[in-house]
Amino acid sequence: MDTIIENELVRELANQHGRTRESLIPILQDLVVHKRFLSKQDMVDVARELNISAADVYGTATFYTFLDTELRGKYVIRICKTISCAMKGKNEILSTIEEILKLNLGETTPDRKFSLLEANCIGWCHKAPAMLINDTPYTELTPEKVTEILREYIKK
Amino acid sequence: MSDTHVKRVDHIFKKANCREVLEKIMDMKPDDICQELLESDLKGRGGAGFPTGLKWRFAANEEDPVKYIICNADEGEPGTFKDREILDQVPEKVFCGMAVASRAIGAKMGYIYLRGEYKFLIPMLNEELLKFHKTMDEFNLNFRIQIRLGSGAYICGEESALFESIEGKRGEPRNKPPYPTKSGLFGKPTVINNVETLVYTVMIMRYGAAHFKELGTKDSRGSKVFSVSGDTPKAGIFELELGMSVDEFVQDFGDGDTKAVQVGGASGFCVPRKKFEETIIGFEGVPTGGSMKLFNSTRSMYNLLHNYLDFFTEESCGQCTPCRVGCQQLLKGVEAVKRGDKNSKYLEELVKLAKTMKRASKCGLGQSVGNAFGSIVENFKEEIIY
Repeated sequence: MDTIIENELVRELANQHGRTRESLIPILQDLVVHKRFLSKQDMVDVARELNISAADVYGTATFYTFLDTELRGKYVIRICKTISCAMKGKNEILSTIEEILKLNLGETTPDRKFSLLEANCIGWCHKAPAMLINDTPYTELTPEKVTEILREYIKK
Repeated sequence: MSDTHVKRVDHIFKKANCREVLEKIMDMKPDDICQELLESDLKGRGGAGFPTGLKWRFAANEEDPVKYIICNADEGEPGTFKDREILDQVPEKVFCGMAVASRAIGAKMGYIYLRGEYKFLIPMLNEELLKFHKTMDEFNLNFRIQIRLGSGAYICGEESALFESIEGKRGEPRNKPPYPTKSGLFGKPTVINNVETLVYTVMIMRYGAAHFKELGTKDSRGSKVFSVSGDTPKAGIFELELGMSVDEFVQDFGDGDTKAVQVGGASGFCVPRKKFEETIIGFEGVPTGGSMKLFNSTRSMYNLLHNYLDFFTEESCGQCTPCRVGCQQLLKGVEAVKRGDKNSKYLEELVKLAKTMKRASKCGLGQSVGNAFGSIVENFKEEIIY
Protein backbone atom coordinates (compact mmCIF):
# COMPACT_ATOMS: atom_id res chain seq x y z
CA MET A 1 0.00 0.00 0.00
CA ASP A 2 2.85 2.33 0.95
CA THR A 3 4.50 1.96 -2.43
CA ILE A 4 1.40 3.12 -4.26
CA ILE A 5 1.19 6.27 -2.18
CA GLU A 6 4.87 6.94 -2.84
CA ASN A 7 4.40 6.50 -6.54
CA GLU A 8 1.48 8.84 -6.52
CA LEU A 9 3.48 11.61 -4.97
CA VAL A 10 6.30 11.11 -7.47
CA ARG A 11 3.85 11.07 -10.35
CA GLU A 12 2.18 14.20 -9.08
CA LEU A 13 5.52 15.99 -8.79
CA ALA A 14 6.52 14.88 -12.27
CA ASN A 15 3.23 16.19 -13.60
CA GLN A 16 3.95 19.46 -11.93
CA HIS A 17 7.65 19.91 -12.85
CA GLY A 18 7.88 17.92 -16.07
CA ARG A 19 9.66 14.75 -17.11
CA THR A 20 12.84 16.10 -18.66
CA ARG A 21 16.23 15.89 -16.98
CA GLU A 22 16.09 19.50 -15.77
CA SER A 23 12.97 18.60 -13.78
CA LEU A 24 14.94 16.14 -11.69
CA ILE A 25 16.27 18.47 -9.01
CA PRO A 26 12.98 20.35 -8.45
CA ILE A 27 11.24 16.96 -8.05
CA LEU A 28 13.85 15.74 -5.58
CA GLN A 29 13.69 19.03 -3.67
CA ASP A 30 9.93 18.73 -3.31
CA LEU A 31 10.21 15.09 -2.25
CA VAL A 32 12.53 16.19 0.54
CA VAL A 33 9.98 18.82 1.59
CA HIS A 34 7.27 16.16 1.78
CA LYS A 35 9.24 13.32 3.31
CA ARG A 36 12.34 14.99 4.80
CA PHE A 37 14.59 12.61 2.86
CA LEU A 38 14.91 10.58 -0.33
CA SER A 39 14.30 6.88 0.14
CA LYS A 40 15.79 4.35 -2.26
CA GLN A 41 12.29 3.45 -3.43
CA ASP A 42 11.45 7.09 -4.15
CA MET A 43 14.63 7.54 -6.16
CA VAL A 44 13.87 4.41 -8.19
CA ASP A 45 10.35 5.69 -8.80
CA VAL A 46 11.62 9.10 -9.92
CA ALA A 47 14.03 7.38 -12.31
CA ARG A 48 11.17 5.34 -13.81
CA GLU A 49 8.96 8.42 -14.08
CA LEU A 50 11.68 10.42 -15.88
CA ASN A 51 12.89 7.44 -17.87
CA ILE A 52 16.47 7.79 -16.67
CA SER A 53 18.75 5.43 -14.78
CA ALA A 54 18.28 5.13 -11.03
CA ALA A 55 22.05 5.56 -10.77
CA ASP A 56 21.71 9.01 -12.31
CA VAL A 57 19.08 9.97 -9.78
CA TYR A 58 21.15 8.62 -6.91
CA GLY A 59 24.32 10.25 -8.26
CA THR A 60 22.62 13.61 -8.53
CA ALA A 61 20.89 13.40 -5.17
CA THR A 62 24.03 12.48 -3.26
CA PHE A 63 25.92 15.41 -4.77
CA TYR A 64 23.73 17.95 -2.98
CA THR A 65 23.88 18.38 0.78
CA PHE A 66 20.22 19.38 1.09
CA LEU A 67 18.98 16.37 -0.87
CA ASP A 68 19.27 14.05 2.09
CA THR A 69 19.35 10.36 1.35
CA GLU A 70 19.32 9.48 5.04
CA LEU A 71 16.26 9.51 7.22
CA ARG A 72 15.77 12.95 8.77
CA GLY A 73 13.43 14.48 11.26
CA LYS A 74 10.46 16.73 10.60
CA TYR A 75 12.62 19.68 11.62
CA VAL A 76 16.17 19.69 10.29
CA ILE A 77 18.43 21.99 12.23
CA ARG A 78 21.56 23.09 10.38
CA ILE A 79 24.04 25.07 12.41
CA CYS A 80 26.55 27.13 10.49
CA LYS A 81 30.10 26.01 11.32
CA THR A 82 32.05 28.40 9.11
CA ILE A 83 34.53 30.79 10.65
CA SER A 84 32.39 33.81 11.63
CA CYS A 85 29.83 31.62 13.37
CA ALA A 86 32.61 29.48 14.88
CA MET A 87 34.20 32.66 16.28
CA LYS A 88 30.95 33.90 17.78
CA GLY A 89 30.09 30.89 19.87
CA LYS A 90 28.65 28.25 17.55
CA ASN A 91 29.93 25.42 19.77
CA GLU A 92 28.01 26.75 22.75
CA ILE A 93 24.82 26.83 20.68
CA LEU A 94 25.48 23.32 19.45
CA SER A 95 25.92 21.88 22.94
CA THR A 96 22.80 23.71 24.13
CA ILE A 97 20.75 22.09 21.38
CA GLU A 98 22.32 18.68 22.02
CA GLU A 99 21.39 18.97 25.65
CA ILE A 100 17.81 20.11 25.09
CA LEU A 101 16.99 17.57 22.38
CA LYS A 102 19.17 14.84 23.87
CA LEU A 103 20.87 14.00 20.63
CA ASN A 104 24.33 14.33 19.13
CA LEU A 105 25.40 16.12 16.00
CA GLY A 106 24.34 14.12 12.94
CA GLU A 107 21.56 12.30 14.75
CA THR A 108 17.78 12.30 14.56
CA THR A 109 15.55 12.06 17.63
CA PRO A 110 13.79 8.68 18.04
CA ASP A 111 10.38 10.32 17.43
CA ARG A 112 11.78 11.63 14.09
CA LYS A 113 10.95 15.17 15.02
CA PHE A 114 14.44 16.74 14.98
CA SER A 115 17.71 16.20 13.14
CA LEU A 116 20.82 18.10 14.08
CA LEU A 117 23.40 18.85 11.39
CA GLU A 118 26.15 21.32 10.62
CA ALA A 119 26.21 23.45 7.49
CA ASN A 120 28.86 25.44 5.67
CA CYS A 121 28.38 29.23 5.53
CA ILE A 122 24.66 30.00 5.30
CA GLY A 123 25.17 33.72 4.64
CA TRP A 124 24.45 35.39 7.99
CA CYS A 125 28.02 36.09 9.12
CA HIS A 126 27.17 39.61 10.30
CA LYS A 127 24.56 38.14 12.63
CA ALA A 128 26.53 35.11 13.83
CA PRO A 129 26.01 32.55 15.12
CA ALA A 130 23.22 31.42 12.82
CA MET A 131 21.25 28.30 11.97
CA LEU A 132 18.48 27.11 9.70
CA ILE A 133 15.50 25.10 10.87
CA ASN A 134 14.22 23.70 7.60
CA ASP A 135 14.09 26.90 5.49
CA THR A 136 13.88 29.46 8.28
CA PRO A 137 17.04 31.28 9.34
CA TYR A 138 17.67 32.14 13.00
CA THR A 139 20.47 34.57 13.77
CA GLU A 140 22.41 36.17 16.60
CA LEU A 141 21.84 33.07 18.66
CA THR A 142 22.54 32.79 22.33
CA PRO A 143 21.93 29.72 24.51
CA GLU A 144 18.84 31.47 25.92
CA LYS A 145 17.52 32.40 22.49
CA VAL A 146 18.03 28.94 21.03
CA THR A 147 16.33 27.39 24.07
CA GLU A 148 13.33 29.65 23.46
CA ILE A 149 13.22 28.79 19.75
CA LEU A 150 13.41 25.04 20.38
CA ARG A 151 10.70 25.24 23.03
CA GLU A 152 8.35 26.58 20.33
CA TYR A 153 9.27 23.79 17.92
CA ILE A 154 8.86 21.11 20.58
CA LYS A 155 5.30 22.36 21.14
CA LYS A 156 4.45 22.09 17.44
CA MET B 1 35.98 56.55 15.58
CA SER B 2 35.10 58.54 12.47
CA ASP B 3 33.64 57.22 9.26
CA THR B 4 35.65 59.49 7.04
CA HIS B 5 38.29 57.10 5.72
CA VAL B 6 36.11 55.25 3.29
CA LYS B 7 33.43 56.86 1.19
CA ARG B 8 29.95 55.43 1.77
CA VAL B 9 27.79 55.23 -1.34
CA ASP B 10 24.08 54.69 -1.85
CA HIS B 11 23.38 53.34 -5.32
CA ILE B 12 22.46 49.71 -4.93
CA PHE B 13 19.77 49.87 -2.26
CA LYS B 14 18.19 53.09 -3.49
CA LYS B 15 14.80 52.51 -5.08
CA ALA B 16 14.86 53.13 -8.82
CA ASN B 17 12.25 53.74 -11.44
CA CYS B 18 12.78 50.63 -13.52
CA ARG B 19 10.15 51.67 -16.08
CA GLU B 20 12.25 54.71 -16.87
CA VAL B 21 15.26 52.49 -17.48
CA LEU B 22 13.22 50.15 -19.67
CA GLU B 23 11.92 53.08 -21.70
CA LYS B 24 15.45 54.25 -22.20
CA ILE B 25 16.82 50.91 -23.36
CA MET B 26 13.90 50.43 -25.74
CA ASP B 27 15.30 53.42 -27.63
CA MET B 28 18.82 52.01 -27.64
CA LYS B 29 20.31 49.57 -30.10
CA PRO B 30 21.47 46.35 -28.40
CA ASP B 31 25.06 47.14 -29.26
CA ASP B 32 24.75 50.62 -27.76
CA ILE B 33 23.84 48.98 -24.45
CA CYS B 34 27.00 46.86 -24.60
CA GLN B 35 29.02 49.93 -25.61
CA GLU B 36 27.74 51.99 -22.68
CA LEU B 37 28.67 49.17 -20.29
CA LEU B 38 32.12 48.84 -21.86
CA GLU B 39 32.68 52.56 -21.40
CA SER B 40 31.67 52.30 -17.76
CA ASP B 41 34.46 49.75 -17.14
CA LEU B 42 32.06 47.80 -14.91
CA LYS B 43 33.68 44.57 -13.83
CA GLY B 44 31.81 41.57 -12.47
CA ARG B 45 31.00 41.95 -8.78
CA GLY B 46 31.03 38.25 -7.99
CA GLY B 47 34.79 38.34 -7.53
CA ALA B 48 36.33 37.31 -10.85
CA GLY B 49 36.03 40.80 -12.29
CA PHE B 50 35.41 40.09 -15.96
CA PRO B 51 34.31 43.25 -17.87
CA THR B 52 30.52 43.01 -18.02
CA GLY B 53 30.16 44.92 -21.31
CA LEU B 54 32.57 42.55 -23.02
CA LYS B 55 30.71 39.51 -21.72
CA TRP B 56 27.43 40.88 -23.05
CA ARG B 57 28.95 41.77 -26.41
CA PHE B 58 30.42 38.27 -26.85
CA ALA B 59 26.97 36.78 -26.27
CA ALA B 60 25.31 39.39 -28.47
CA ASN B 61 27.63 38.49 -31.34
CA GLU B 62 26.64 34.82 -31.24
CA GLU B 63 24.06 33.97 -33.86
CA ASP B 64 21.65 31.68 -32.12
CA PRO B 65 17.90 32.15 -31.73
CA VAL B 66 18.07 30.75 -28.19
CA LYS B 67 20.16 32.52 -25.58
CA TYR B 68 19.97 32.76 -21.82
CA ILE B 69 20.66 35.31 -19.13
CA ILE B 70 21.37 33.99 -15.66
CA CYS B 71 21.51 35.79 -12.38
CA ASN B 72 23.98 34.02 -10.13
CA ALA B 73 22.43 34.22 -6.68
CA ASP B 74 24.27 31.17 -5.36
CA GLU B 75 26.07 33.34 -2.86
CA GLY B 76 28.13 30.80 -0.95
CA GLU B 77 31.54 32.31 -0.34
CA PRO B 78 32.15 32.36 3.41
CA GLY B 79 31.63 35.90 4.63
CA THR B 80 29.40 37.01 1.76
CA PHE B 81 25.78 37.89 2.37
CA LYS B 82 25.17 41.05 0.36
CA ASP B 83 23.35 39.38 -2.54
CA ARG B 84 20.68 38.14 -0.17
CA GLU B 85 20.14 41.68 1.05
CA ILE B 86 20.04 43.07 -2.51
CA LEU B 87 17.46 40.48 -3.57
CA ASP B 88 15.48 41.17 -0.43
CA GLN B 89 15.54 44.97 -0.70
CA VAL B 90 15.52 45.73 -4.43
CA PRO B 91 14.46 42.61 -6.36
CA GLU B 92 12.90 44.75 -9.10
CA LYS B 93 16.31 46.20 -9.89
CA VAL B 94 17.83 42.73 -10.25
CA PHE B 95 15.03 41.70 -12.65
CA CYS B 96 15.44 44.97 -14.52
CA GLY B 97 19.17 44.30 -14.97
CA MET B 98 18.30 40.92 -16.43
CA ALA B 99 15.83 42.58 -18.80
CA VAL B 100 18.51 45.02 -19.92
CA ALA B 101 20.86 42.09 -20.55
CA SER B 102 18.17 40.20 -22.43
CA ARG B 103 17.66 43.18 -24.72
CA ALA B 104 21.41 43.56 -25.26
CA ILE B 105 22.07 39.94 -26.19
CA GLY B 106 18.68 38.86 -27.51
CA ALA B 107 17.58 36.40 -24.82
CA LYS B 108 13.99 35.47 -24.13
CA MET B 109 14.56 33.44 -21.04
CA GLY B 110 16.32 34.21 -17.78
CA TYR B 111 17.02 32.18 -14.67
CA ILE B 112 17.81 33.21 -11.16
CA TYR B 113 19.81 30.47 -9.46
CA LEU B 114 19.16 31.06 -5.78
CA ARG B 115 21.09 29.16 -3.15
CA GLY B 116 18.96 26.72 -1.15
CA GLU B 117 19.86 28.50 2.07
CA TYR B 118 17.85 31.52 0.82
CA LYS B 119 14.71 29.57 0.02
CA PHE B 120 12.75 31.73 2.46
CA LEU B 121 13.00 34.57 -0.11
CA ILE B 122 11.05 32.68 -2.76
CA PRO B 123 7.44 33.67 -1.93
CA MET B 124 8.39 37.36 -2.00
CA LEU B 125 10.47 36.97 -5.18
CA ASN B 126 7.65 35.16 -6.98
CA GLU B 127 5.26 37.93 -6.09
CA GLU B 128 7.69 40.52 -7.43
CA LEU B 129 8.20 38.42 -10.55
CA LEU B 130 4.47 38.54 -11.29
CA LYS B 131 4.63 42.34 -11.35
CA PHE B 132 7.78 42.25 -13.43
CA HIS B 133 6.25 39.97 -16.05
CA LYS B 134 3.27 42.31 -16.32
CA THR B 135 5.67 45.17 -16.97
CA MET B 136 7.40 43.08 -19.63
CA ASP B 137 4.04 42.59 -21.34
CA GLU B 138 3.31 46.32 -21.20
CA PHE B 139 6.62 47.02 -22.89
CA ASN B 140 5.99 44.28 -25.40
CA LEU B 141 9.17 42.58 -24.29
CA ASN B 142 9.26 38.86 -24.79
CA PHE B 143 11.29 38.03 -21.71
CA ARG B 144 10.53 35.76 -18.77
CA ILE B 145 12.43 34.89 -15.59
CA GLN B 146 12.32 31.61 -13.66
CA ILE B 147 13.80 30.91 -10.26
CA ARG B 148 15.82 27.74 -9.73
CA LEU B 149 16.83 26.69 -6.28
CA GLY B 150 20.20 25.28 -5.28
CA SER B 151 20.53 22.49 -2.74
CA GLY B 152 23.49 23.32 -0.58
CA ALA B 153 26.47 22.97 -2.90
CA TYR B 154 29.03 25.81 -2.81
CA ILE B 155 30.52 24.72 -6.12
CA CYS B 156 27.28 25.56 -7.96
CA GLY B 157 28.29 29.23 -7.74
CA GLU B 158 30.91 28.35 -10.34
CA GLU B 159 29.21 29.27 -13.58
CA SER B 160 29.50 26.02 -15.50
CA ALA B 161 28.61 23.95 -12.40
CA LEU B 162 25.56 26.17 -12.07
CA PHE B 163 24.53 25.33 -15.65
CA GLU B 164 24.91 21.64 -14.90
CA SER B 165 22.75 22.06 -11.83
CA ILE B 166 19.94 23.83 -13.71
CA GLU B 167 20.17 21.04 -16.28
CA GLY B 168 19.39 18.59 -13.48
CA LYS B 169 22.82 17.10 -12.98
CA ARG B 170 25.60 16.97 -10.42
CA GLY B 171 27.14 20.41 -10.11
CA GLU B 172 30.46 19.51 -11.65
CA PRO B 173 32.29 22.32 -13.48
CA ARG B 174 32.95 21.94 -17.19
CA ASN B 175 36.17 22.45 -19.10
CA LYS B 176 36.70 25.93 -20.50
CA PRO B 177 36.75 26.91 -23.27
CA PRO B 178 34.10 26.97 -24.61
CA TYR B 179 33.06 29.91 -22.43
CA PRO B 180 29.42 30.46 -21.44
CA THR B 181 28.90 33.29 -23.96
CA LYS B 182 29.45 30.66 -26.66
CA SER B 183 28.16 27.52 -25.01
CA GLY B 184 26.51 27.87 -21.62
CA LEU B 185 23.18 26.64 -20.31
CA PHE B 186 21.84 23.80 -22.49
CA GLY B 187 24.82 24.50 -24.78
CA LYS B 188 23.40 27.89 -25.75
CA PRO B 189 25.07 31.32 -25.60
CA THR B 190 24.62 32.48 -22.02
CA VAL B 191 25.38 35.57 -20.00
CA ILE B 192 25.78 34.87 -16.32
CA ASN B 193 26.16 37.79 -13.92
CA ASN B 194 26.27 38.24 -10.19
CA VAL B 195 23.22 39.83 -8.50
CA GLU B 196 25.09 43.04 -7.70
CA THR B 197 26.55 43.38 -11.20
CA LEU B 198 23.06 43.32 -12.70
CA VAL B 199 21.92 46.12 -10.41
CA TYR B 200 24.90 48.27 -11.42
CA THR B 201 23.99 47.79 -15.08
CA VAL B 202 20.61 49.37 -14.28
CA MET B 203 22.32 52.36 -12.70
CA ILE B 204 24.64 52.73 -15.69
CA MET B 205 21.72 52.62 -18.12
CA ARG B 206 19.88 55.21 -16.07
CA TYR B 207 22.67 57.70 -15.35
CA GLY B 208 25.30 56.83 -17.96
CA ALA B 209 28.79 55.40 -17.89
CA ALA B 210 30.40 58.72 -16.96
CA HIS B 211 28.44 58.96 -13.74
CA PHE B 212 29.42 55.43 -12.71
CA LYS B 213 33.08 56.19 -13.40
CA GLU B 214 33.14 59.22 -11.14
CA LEU B 215 33.94 56.87 -8.29
CA GLY B 216 36.77 54.38 -7.91
CA THR B 217 40.16 54.01 -9.56
CA LYS B 218 41.44 53.27 -13.04
CA ASP B 219 41.40 49.52 -12.44
CA SER B 220 38.39 49.39 -10.14
CA ARG B 221 35.69 51.77 -11.25
CA GLY B 222 32.66 52.65 -9.21
CA SER B 223 31.52 51.34 -5.87
CA LYS B 224 30.88 47.90 -4.48
CA VAL B 225 28.79 46.28 -1.81
CA PHE B 226 30.85 44.76 1.01
CA SER B 227 29.85 42.13 3.53
CA VAL B 228 31.65 42.93 6.77
CA SER B 229 31.92 40.40 9.59
CA GLY B 230 34.21 39.00 12.26
CA ASP B 231 35.82 41.15 14.95
CA THR B 232 34.16 44.45 14.11
CA PRO B 233 31.72 46.71 15.94
CA LYS B 234 30.03 47.38 12.58
CA ALA B 235 29.20 44.01 11.07
CA GLY B 236 26.83 44.38 8.15
CA ILE B 237 26.42 45.38 4.52
CA PHE B 238 28.06 48.53 3.21
CA GLU B 239 28.36 50.04 -0.25
CA LEU B 240 31.77 51.68 -0.49
CA GLU B 241 33.82 53.45 -3.11
CA LEU B 242 36.47 51.15 -4.61
CA GLY B 243 40.15 51.94 -4.31
CA MET B 244 40.58 52.08 -0.53
CA SER B 245 43.51 50.47 1.23
CA VAL B 246 42.97 47.74 3.80
CA ASP B 247 44.32 50.25 6.33
CA GLU B 248 41.57 52.76 5.54
CA PHE B 249 39.01 49.99 5.73
CA VAL B 250 40.31 48.82 9.10
CA GLN B 251 40.29 52.34 10.51
CA ASP B 252 36.58 52.49 9.80
CA PHE B 253 35.57 48.93 10.58
CA GLY B 254 38.20 47.50 12.92
CA ASP B 255 37.85 47.11 16.67
CA GLY B 256 41.19 48.78 17.34
CA ASP B 257 43.02 45.46 17.57
CA THR B 258 42.77 44.07 14.04
CA LYS B 259 45.61 41.73 13.21
CA ALA B 260 44.43 40.44 9.85
CA VAL B 261 41.69 40.88 7.27
CA GLN B 262 40.57 38.04 5.05
CA VAL B 263 39.59 39.71 1.79
CA GLY B 264 37.43 37.68 -0.58
CA GLY B 265 36.36 34.87 1.72
CA ALA B 266 37.85 31.40 1.93
CA SER B 267 39.01 31.64 -1.68
CA GLY B 268 40.53 35.10 -1.10
CA PHE B 269 43.65 36.45 0.55
CA CYS B 270 44.68 37.02 4.13
CA VAL B 271 46.22 40.47 4.65
CA PRO B 272 48.29 40.87 7.85
CA ARG B 273 48.58 44.14 9.77
CA LYS B 274 52.00 44.99 8.37
CA LYS B 275 50.57 45.01 4.84
CA PHE B 276 47.38 47.00 5.55
CA GLU B 277 48.72 50.27 4.17
CA GLU B 278 50.18 48.96 0.91
CA THR B 279 47.26 46.70 -0.01
CA ILE B 280 44.46 48.12 -2.14
CA ILE B 281 41.06 46.44 -2.09
CA GLY B 282 40.20 46.09 -5.75
CA PHE B 283 41.37 44.55 -8.98
CA GLU B 284 44.77 46.28 -8.73
CA GLY B 285 45.37 44.73 -5.30
CA VAL B 286 43.31 42.06 -3.62
CA PRO B 287 40.06 41.47 -5.48
CA THR B 288 36.94 40.52 -3.57
CA GLY B 289 33.40 39.49 -4.22
CA GLY B 290 32.63 41.55 -1.14
CA SER B 291 33.62 39.31 1.75
CA MET B 292 35.63 41.19 4.41
CA LYS B 293 36.38 39.33 7.63
CA LEU B 294 38.29 40.99 10.40
CA PHE B 295 40.32 39.12 12.99
CA ASN B 296 41.75 40.61 16.17
CA SER B 297 44.75 39.50 18.17
CA THR B 298 42.75 37.03 20.27
CA ARG B 299 42.09 34.84 17.22
CA SER B 300 44.15 31.83 16.20
CA MET B 301 45.02 31.92 12.53
CA TYR B 302 45.46 28.15 12.67
CA ASN B 303 41.78 27.86 13.49
CA LEU B 304 40.96 30.10 10.54
CA LEU B 305 43.09 28.06 8.16
CA HIS B 306 41.72 24.79 9.50
CA ASN B 307 38.15 26.03 9.16
CA TYR B 308 38.71 27.04 5.52
CA LEU B 309 40.44 23.79 4.61
CA ASP B 310 37.63 21.82 6.22
CA PHE B 311 35.21 23.89 4.14
CA PHE B 312 37.03 23.24 0.86
CA THR B 313 37.48 19.54 1.60
CA GLU B 314 33.71 19.23 1.96
CA GLU B 315 32.80 21.50 -0.93
CA SER B 316 35.27 20.23 -3.54
CA CYS B 317 33.10 18.48 -6.13
CA GLY B 318 35.62 15.64 -6.27
CA GLN B 319 35.74 15.57 -10.03
CA CYS B 320 39.41 16.44 -10.53
CA THR B 321 42.23 14.88 -8.54
CA PRO B 322 44.33 17.98 -7.75
CA CYS B 323 41.43 19.59 -5.92
CA ARG B 324 39.85 16.49 -4.37
CA VAL B 325 43.07 15.01 -3.02
CA GLY B 326 44.83 18.35 -2.61
CA CYS B 327 42.24 19.77 -0.21
CA GLN B 328 42.35 16.60 1.91
CA GLN B 329 46.13 16.55 2.04
CA LEU B 330 46.41 20.23 2.95
CA LEU B 331 43.99 19.67 5.81
CA LYS B 332 45.77 16.52 7.03
CA GLY B 333 49.09 18.26 6.51
CA VAL B 334 48.45 21.29 8.72
CA GLU B 335 46.96 19.01 11.37
CA ALA B 336 50.13 16.88 11.30
CA VAL B 337 52.35 19.96 11.60
CA LYS B 338 50.27 21.26 14.50
CA ARG B 339 50.51 17.92 16.32
CA GLY B 340 54.25 17.87 15.75
CA ASP B 341 54.10 14.70 13.61
CA LYS B 342 55.68 16.68 10.78
CA ASN B 343 58.33 19.37 11.15
CA SER B 344 57.89 22.96 10.03
CA LYS B 345 59.67 22.30 6.71
CA TYR B 346 56.67 20.23 5.72
CA LEU B 347 54.66 23.45 5.45
CA GLU B 348 56.82 24.39 2.46
CA GLU B 349 55.82 21.12 0.80
CA LEU B 350 52.19 21.97 1.43
CA VAL B 351 52.62 25.43 -0.09
CA LYS B 352 54.05 23.73 -3.17
CA LEU B 353 51.04 21.44 -3.28
CA ALA B 354 48.71 24.46 -3.11
CA LYS B 355 50.61 26.00 -6.03
CA THR B 356 50.23 22.78 -8.01
CA MET B 357 46.49 22.84 -7.29
CA LYS B 358 46.35 26.38 -8.67
CA ARG B 359 47.81 25.20 -11.97
CA ALA B 360 46.24 21.79 -12.27
CA SER B 361 42.70 22.14 -10.90
CA LYS B 362 39.84 22.27 -13.32
CA CYS B 363 37.93 25.22 -11.87
CA GLY B 364 38.17 28.24 -9.63
CA LEU B 365 37.59 26.28 -6.43
CA GLY B 366 40.76 24.21 -6.56
CA GLN B 367 42.66 27.06 -8.19
CA SER B 368 41.96 29.45 -5.34
CA VAL B 369 42.51 27.23 -2.29
CA GLY B 370 46.15 28.31 -2.46
CA ASN B 371 45.22 31.98 -2.05
CA ALA B 372 44.12 31.68 1.55
CA PHE B 373 46.52 28.84 2.27
CA GLY B 374 49.60 30.62 0.93
CA SER B 375 48.81 33.99 2.49
CA ILE B 376 47.92 32.60 5.93
CA VAL B 377 50.92 30.26 6.08
CA GLU B 378 53.30 32.93 4.82
CA ASN B 379 52.19 35.60 7.26
CA PHE B 380 51.32 33.53 10.31
CA LYS B 381 53.72 30.62 10.13
CA GLU B 382 54.37 30.52 13.90
CA GLU B 383 50.67 30.25 14.65
CA ILE B 384 50.30 27.33 12.28
CA ILE B 385 53.28 25.46 13.75
CA TYR B 386 53.01 26.16 17.50
